[in-house]
Amino acid sequence: MNNPIENLNKIFDSRVRLGIMSTLMVNDAINFNDLKQLIDVTDGNLASHIKSLEDAGYIKVNKGFIGRKTNTTYAVTKAGQKAFQQHLDALEKMIKTIK
Amino acid sequence: MDHQNQSLQDLHHIKNMMERSSRFISLSGLSGIAAGVFALAGAWVAHSKISLYNYENSPGFNDERGSYIFRDGTSLLINQLVVIALLTFVAAFISSFFFTYLRSKSNGIPLWGTASIRLFWNTIIPLAVGGLFLLRCLQMEYYDLIAPGCLIFYGLALVNASKYTLGEVKYLGYCQLILGITNLWMIGYGLYFWAAGFGILHIIYGLLMWFKYERASNIE
Repeated sequence: MNNPIENLNKIFDSRVRLGIMSTLMVNDAINFNDLKQLIDVTDGNLASHIKSLEDAGYIKVNKGFIGRKTNTTYAVTKAGQKAFQQHLDALEKMIKTIK
Repeated sequence: MDHQNQSLQDLHHIKNMMERSSRFISLSGLSGIAAGVFALAGAWVAHSKISLYNYENSPGFNDERGSYIFRDGTSLLINQLVVIALLTFVAAFISSFFFTYLRSKSNGIPLWGTASIRLFWNTIIPLAVGGLFLLRCLQMEYYDLIAPGCLIFYGLALVNASKYTLGEVKYLGYCQLILGITNLWMIGYGLYFWAAGFGILHIIYGLLMWFKYERASNIE
């Protein structure tokens, strides 16, 4: 029997990254400040987690403007959706092994 | 075993984040109760105005009144009823806003965030269209359609809004729709249907929601 933990995605180990992905899965796009309030972390912390998700190709960054203020929004990519779905399946399998 | 526990917690966290980010969950049960109380008060005032009007216009009350004055009396009554309806709406809106504001503060969720803006637009569109429709009904003197119209458009707004806030709002919407449609075939009892929908249903809904979501968190 293979170890179900192997199927869990290492990138989603962190609660903050898991939170970012969950939020983006159900929203078309969300900006930095809303994300910060929802997840309740500091700017630097959130930025570094966003960077790692971006490097993995799971989220895309869209830099825009509202008037003269920058408005950076984030959205999930196809690869991100797939990876998150696989992670959910793996979590489900883990729980099923209890029975 | 530890991994399984961890997985459960992760799933719980995912569910929580999805809900927090997509739905406005600070809608307070107390808002429903407050709106219901104001609706009942408004309906009671309206009822007494209508009774007084019916009494004054009953045969034998004031025989020298001509039909011209009679018509004038009707439009006066309608004006009074419109003012009562507007005051009721404003009082209900302010009081519901107040309780929801308190709850969103204690939840730490901004009142004016992505989720609440989405809720706002999805509620306001059916309501505004309904409002215009009813305004035209008033102008064309289709008074019997006002109460069922209020209930039906409000019910549709709630069913639409339920996707962006507590899911239970949907059932409140269905009940309003049933009342409104029934009222279409029981013309003349509009005020009673209106009081049942906006008064009693709101209070029942508010109590249920308060017991389900807020009482527990207040005790903890």
